[in-house]
This record gives sequence, structure tokens and C-alpha cells, in this order.
Amino acid sequence: MSHESPVTGVDRRTVLKASLLAGGGLALEALIPLPARALEAAQGKLAEPAELSAFVSISPDGTVTIVSKNPEIGQGVKTSLPMMVADELDCDWSQVRIVQADVDARRYGEQSAGGSTATPKNWLPMRQTGAAARALLVQAAALRWQVDAGELTTSRGRIHHAATGRSLGYGEVASAAATLVPPDPGSVRLKEPAQFTIIGRPMVGVDSARIVRGEAVFGADTRLPGMLYAVYEVAPAHGGRLVKADIEAAKHAPGVKHVLPIFGNGDADTGLADGVAIVASNWWLANEARSRLAIDWDLSAAKGHSSAVYRAKADAVIAAGAGADLRLDGDPAAKLASCARRIAARYDYPFIAHAPMEPQNCTARYSDGRLEIWAPSQTPQQGLEALHKALGIPPDAVRLHLRRAGGGFGRRLMNDYMIQAAAIARAVPGVPVQLMWSREDDIRRDYYRPGGWHSFEAGVGVNGELIAFTDHFVTFGDGKTPARGAAFNSAMPPAGLIAHLRYSQSMLPTVVTTGALRAPGSNALCFVSQSFLDEVAAAAGTDLPQLMLTLLGGRREIPAPDDRPAFDTGRAREVIETVVRTSSWAHKPPQAARAKGFAFYFSHRGYFAEVVEASVSSGEVTVHKVWVAADVGSQIINPLGAENQVRGAVIDGLAQALTGQAIEFVDGVVQQSNLDDFPLARIPMTPEIDIAWVRSDKPPTGLGEPALPPVIPALTNAIFAATGQRVRSLPVRLASA
Amino acid sequence: MSYQLKINGTSHELDVPADMPLLWVLRDELGLIGTKYGCGKGICGACTVHVNGTAQRSCQLRVGSIGQAKIQTIEHVGRTAIGARLQQAWLKIDVMQCGYCQAGQIMSACALLGQTAQPSDDQINSAMAGNICRCGCYNRIRSAIRIAAGLEEETDRVA
Repeated sequence: MSHESPVTGVDRRTVLKASLLAGGGLALEALIPLPARALEAAQGKLAEPAELSAFVSISPDGTVTIVSKNPEIGQGVKTSLPMMVADELDCDWSQVRIVQADVDARRYGEQSAGGSTATPKNWLPMRQTGAAARALLVQAAALRWQVDAGELTTSRGRIHHAATGRSLGYGEVASAAATLVPPDPGSVRLKEPAQFTIIGRPMVGVDSARIVRGEAVFGADTRLPGMLYAVYEVAPAHGGRLVKADIEAAKHAPGVKHVLPIFGNGDADTGLADGVAIVASNWWLANEARSRLAIDWDLSAAKGHSSAVYRAKADAVIAAGAGADLRLDGDPAAKLASCARRIAARYDYPFIAHAPMEPQNCTARYSDGRLEIWAPSQTPQQGLEALHKALGIPPDAVRLHLRRAGGGFGRRLMNDYMIQAAAIARAVPGVPVQLMWSREDDIRRDYYRPGGWHSFEAGVGVNGELIAFTDHFVTFGDGKTPARGAAFNSAMPPAGLIAHLRYSQSMLPTVVTTGALRAPGSNALCFVSQSFLDEVAAAAGTDLPQLMLTLLGGRREIPAPDDRPAFDTGRAREVIETVVRTSSWAHKPPQAARAKGFAFYFSHRGYFAEVVEASVSSGEVTVHKVWVAADVGSQIINPLGAENQVRGAVIDGLAQALTGQAIEFVDGVVQQSNLDDFPLARIPMTPEIDIAWVRSDKPPTGLGEPALPPVIPALTNAIFAATGQRVRSLPVRLASA
Repeated sequence: MSYQLKINGTSHELDVPADMPLLWVLRDELGLIGTKYGCGKGICGACTVHVNGTAQRSCQLRVGSIGQAKIQTIEHVGRTAIGARLQQAWLKIDVMQCGYCQAGQIMSACALLGQTAQPSDDQINSAMAGNICRCGCYNRIRSAIRIAAGLEEETDRVA
């Protein structure tokens, strides 16, 4: 392998530290800047520089051990990030062992899973770490052979000197390399994409073999000597407070060891909710004992927090006016008044739950003022802060082990279960306790994707051109700030693409905890906006792909009004044109009540255009095929993982629309309880999913989220094309005519 | 109550209430954590085990009702020919994302292939409809079953 010029963009001196492994070999610690700064700088914004520390170690037998620092929640980073290191190290993937890092910001910098950020943030640092380790090994070999390092090449974990035909394995010089001063990773040469031997190859997940054998990898699989199992009974209504609890009967239930009323810190959202913990020798016994609790709750705060009340309030707010401006371009009111054609429609969507397959859980042990935690969390470092705030346990008194999470979808961005587990463990010092929520707990105490209402209006000119566009968004919040996960996106198309546009917002208060669900904001905003634009396209005598292409115009970058990435209209055009081609968009299915629908969205730096072919029979929707065209940059890191993320997101979106998902409240009490009344996708509804990667020349970006948003409006637009019924409310409920 | 259960070819002595579901005997009494809790109501299939070769939801199976039935779990299913083929197929195309439901998926797939060596897509859909994969790995679950059944080359459609 030879090397070309270094990738630029890292502008701070990196610190590498080489040391001898116990038992011989090389341990390389790299304190290197995150590329966020470079990434954002390209878009005219400077993010705060940060550091991370990655570890690569090479033992004398050539085994390469790479530390995986981020939480693994099914998005595949435990495989894909080490692939970046290993490729630049130029070793063989079969030599590589992956070790999950504990939580330690000083050594690893940011450790989180969210926002589809792992790939863009780590693309350069991971490769630089691997390349620096390679350079160090080559230098050690050059010294041993007394030749110039430039004469040496590497491949599959070996170093070669072509002139003399000599070759050795990395392990043979690993201990010698440990005594050298490592190179500056900012100046090490990185591979050309054509030289990649691991990046871009389909790699099986590093935990997959253990998973198919049923070995312990998940949070809930944590088992410690003497461990007890706990449940935590909270108020039936959101915002409820504990008044008093009669725990006598529960204490005498089979297997029960402790029953602990816990008064929280008054912050059920980010702190510790009031509740009663039952700790037993077996989780089922703990859960069974809940029926013996007699608890007085103060539920007054939740009065009136009902879905029907929210709906009526939203109606009234929309009738009253346009709300507070979020964005006002030109003079949409005047333009609407003078347009040849005006189209207006209202859209809405419900609260929905995350429902990851592994219910919330956390294992904790508290002794001598120190807390040890085993958690499947997406934001473990925020968990440490939350523990400090809610329980007064300082971060330096906590050791936090990251466990693989059985799904995240944004639910485990919140650490409520971690705080509860710690509070319970502190009440029984020395005893390890595993708190696990029942599925009912999980459905009733989520940080839901909040519902919302949109009142749209659009004006179309005599030639079918979109002239003016308005959206009044009714969401949840305190009047000043939207609730978590309830914010609008003022860059939502057609913003920036037409001259006269108004986005405005009104807020309703809620006691319900809300949060980010996979593709937060976008998962709902794409449905409403791309569905309404489909209505506009029909009124304008065109179709949505054509309307979008007309609106997008020529290739240019449109800066976002906030700190979001800029929007590249050329990349948008490419994915739209690609999916029009791959789906044979112009070719309409010959069957009755069967049709295609289209949608486009840009979120989490990814450009996605999707087409759904669906049919409707007696009000039942069948999805036959989905075509996806995606631009997430120049390089797919692990095609096996990447395709899984896209297919999973598509199926997730279809489930949100078609299975009847909706969380409803009556005086703060969630009306759904399990996976029967909050259904998820099942195998029979799974369509064939065709994926076309559009390779732009931009750095690779993440895939956990951006494939989801377009599939919902592509589906609802297909339903309209098939039946003439416009779906303006989720979940889809069709007249069974 | 005292029970003797035959699990994975071994006899286990237990003293638990008669109505304790098998799932919690496996996980919290015997440390067989491969079988997962997902819903506790037989809706999701994460806790699927084999009872005398048929797929059953262990969260719905009271320990007092098991008697002399032979229980097999994910930890042991790789010792059967079909189980081993399924595990290999699962790995060949890397079916999983988070992986939490996959033990139950493999147990259901194994029972299907035990009954129907070469199932149609409809038979696969029907046999696997009780197993939820929240990550949506269904295309690959179908493919992996077809690969294990010899109906598909792994290179055909890594879907």
C-alpha cells in the first residue's frame, strides 16, 4: 500500500502516547480533536473542539485490540468505528478484537448514541488513530532493518521490504514500537478510498455470534453475585406525586426482600420520579407483589391532560390566528390573497412511544459512598450528570459500564431508569440490584414523540408555480420553549426555495414527558409537509417529484436559519432523480387501487428520496415495494449495517403509519399498555426494499435516522393515488368502502 | 413448590411458586439469560423456547404446567442440525441490528423448519408473525430462514 497526501481539516496538535502493553506489545493512546470543528467550518459555523481518546493495542501475537467507545444500540457503531481504525492500520479484520469502553469522558471524549452523528464525528479521528499506529509500527520495522521507512509497505497486518524480500508481522515489532515517539496524527497520510480493504466491505457485527447463541450481551443480561431484582411503581398519571404508601402486604409477598417508598426530587422529567420500589429474589416475584401495594397518589397536576382536550385546544388555537412567527419571508399573506389558486389543509399526528424490545433497565450497586452501574444508555455521560443532580452522587464516585442496548430509537437518551436504579441500590447498600421495567411501565412512562397539529395554506400561480406557503404549527411547550422533541424546523422545505413563506407556532402546556424519537422533528414534519406538497402538486397539475425538482432549481447550498447543516439542492436533486428512475416512477401499476407515492427529506445530513407502491382493499393497506435513494456521502462504511439501518427505518415508518400506533391520555393516564394496543411492525407487512446509494463527494454521514421520515408521506401519497383518500392524520385509518 | 424441569438435556431442581412463568425460572433462577423478556403477555415472541420441539412463549408457560416436557432454549439449540444451520445463516447475512429479539426469532424459525423443511414465503410469514423485531430486520429474517432451508444462496439477496 502506498499513501497519498493527508486529509486536511484537523487544525490542532494531536497527542499520541505509545506505551508497552503488559506482557509485551504496543498500546497506543490518542488524544485527538474531533472533526466536528472541520465539519462545521465547511458550513460556515464553528463547533466547539473536543478531544477523544481511542486505544489501539497490538499484542506480540499480532492481535489488534480496538476500544469501542460509543454505546451500541443496534446502529452498528461497535463494528463500524473500529473498521475505520483497522483499515488505516492496514491490518486484517480477522486479527481485530473489539472491547467495549466504560464511560470515561477524560479518556474517550464524547460517548453517546444519537442524532446519527457517530460516523461524521469519527470518520477522521478513527482513521487518523489507525494510520498513526501503522506509521509507528513501520518506523519500528525500519529501525530494526536499518532501512528508510519510505521503502516499507504494509498489508494485512504485515510490513514488507520489497528490495530485500523481508517481511514481518505487526506483533513482532509491537514492543519496539512502544518505545518510539508516535507521529502527529494530523499529518499522517490517510488511504485513498480505492485502497480501503475493510471500510466499504460487508462486515458481520462484532457481537452477532454471541447474540445468535444467546450469550449475555444486553443490559438486562447483567448478572452479579447476590443480585436482587427490582420494579418501580410510579403514579398512574404523568405528573403524579406520592402521598403515602401502605407496603405491609407487599413486604410479605413471596420472594420480596425490600419495599421502599421513594420520594423523588420533584422532577420526574430529568430527575427522580416518586415511586415505590419492590426488591425481590426474582423479577417476576417483584412484579407480582405490585398488586399488593396500596398507594395514595396526588394526581391533581394531570387533571385535564387528555388527548381530547389537547385536540379541542389545538382547534381553538388554530381558529384564533396564526401564532408566533418562526420564519417570515416576503409577504405570504398578500401573495396568497392574489394567487390563482389557494389550497388549505390541516394535518395532525399523535404521541407515539419508542418501545425498544429490551425494556428499560439498569443494574446498580452502592457501597461505601461509591456507585457502580451497568446500563444500556444512549447518553451515559449525561446519566452521570443526572445522578449528581438528582441524588447528589458526584460523577467521580460512579463507575459506569456500558451495556449493549436492545434498541434505542431515542428512548435511552433519557436516563430516568438509571437514576431510579441508583436510588434503589443506595437504599440497600452492598447489594447489587437490577431494576427492570415491565413492558407496561415502558409504554406508560416514555418520553413520547409529542403529537402536533399543522394548518397549511399554499398559493399557486396561473402556470402552476408555488408562490406562497404558510404553516401554523400547534405543538407542546411552556409558551416560550417547545417541549423536548416538539420543536419545529424553520428550514423545512419549501423554506428557502420560495420567496413568500411563513412558519408560525403556538404551544399547549403538557405534564406528559416528551422526547426525541428516531429522526426527531423530521419524523412528523416530513409527513405533514410532503403530504401537503403532494396536494399542492396535484392542484398545480404536476406530481411531487417534479414539483420538488422545480422548487430546488439549480445546484446551490442554502444555509439553515439555525445551527443545522446547510442544504445542498444538488444532492437533493440527485436522490430524487435516482428514485424516480429506480422505481420507474412514470410507470403506473396496472392494478386497480394500487399506486406509487413519493416523498423527499433532508435530515441528519442525509438526503433521502423514497417511493412506496401500495394497494388498498376494504380499507386495508398493503405495501408492495419501497424504493430508497440515499446520499450519505462518499463512503458507506459497512454495507451490511448500512442496509439494515435503511430497511429498519423504512419498516419503522411504515409501522408508525399502518399499525395503529397512538398514545392517548385521559387526565394524564396513558390509555395504552403493551404491544397489543401499541402495535409494532410484524414480518407479514414487510415489503421488498430497494436501496440505491448515491455517492456524492462529501464526507460520510450517519444512517440511524434519515431514512425514516420520507417513507410515511410516500406511503400516504400512494394511498391517495390509489384511492383518492387523502391521509391527513396518523395513524392511517381508511374508510373500508 | 418443588419442581424438576428438563431443560437443555439437564434436570434442574427448583423451589418456586407454581404460577411462575418458565421465562423467569430460566432467567432469574437458572441464569439462562438468552431467552428474553419483551412483553410478558405472549405478544412479542422474544421469550420463545421449544417445549417438546414446538415453539412456545415461555412468559405464558407456568412452571406448574410443564411436567416432564423437554425444554430447549437458545443456549442449546445450536446442538441441533437445524438450529446450527439457522445460527450460521443468521451470521452469514448478519440479520440483526440490536439483536435482542433474535433468540426468539431463531427458536421460532427452528420449530418451523422442524415441521416444514422448505417453507414457502407465506409459511415463513405465518410462522414468524408472532415474533416482533422492533429494528425491522424482517427481510433478512426471511432470507436467513430460506438460506438455512437450502432455498436461497446467501449471495442471492442479502436483503
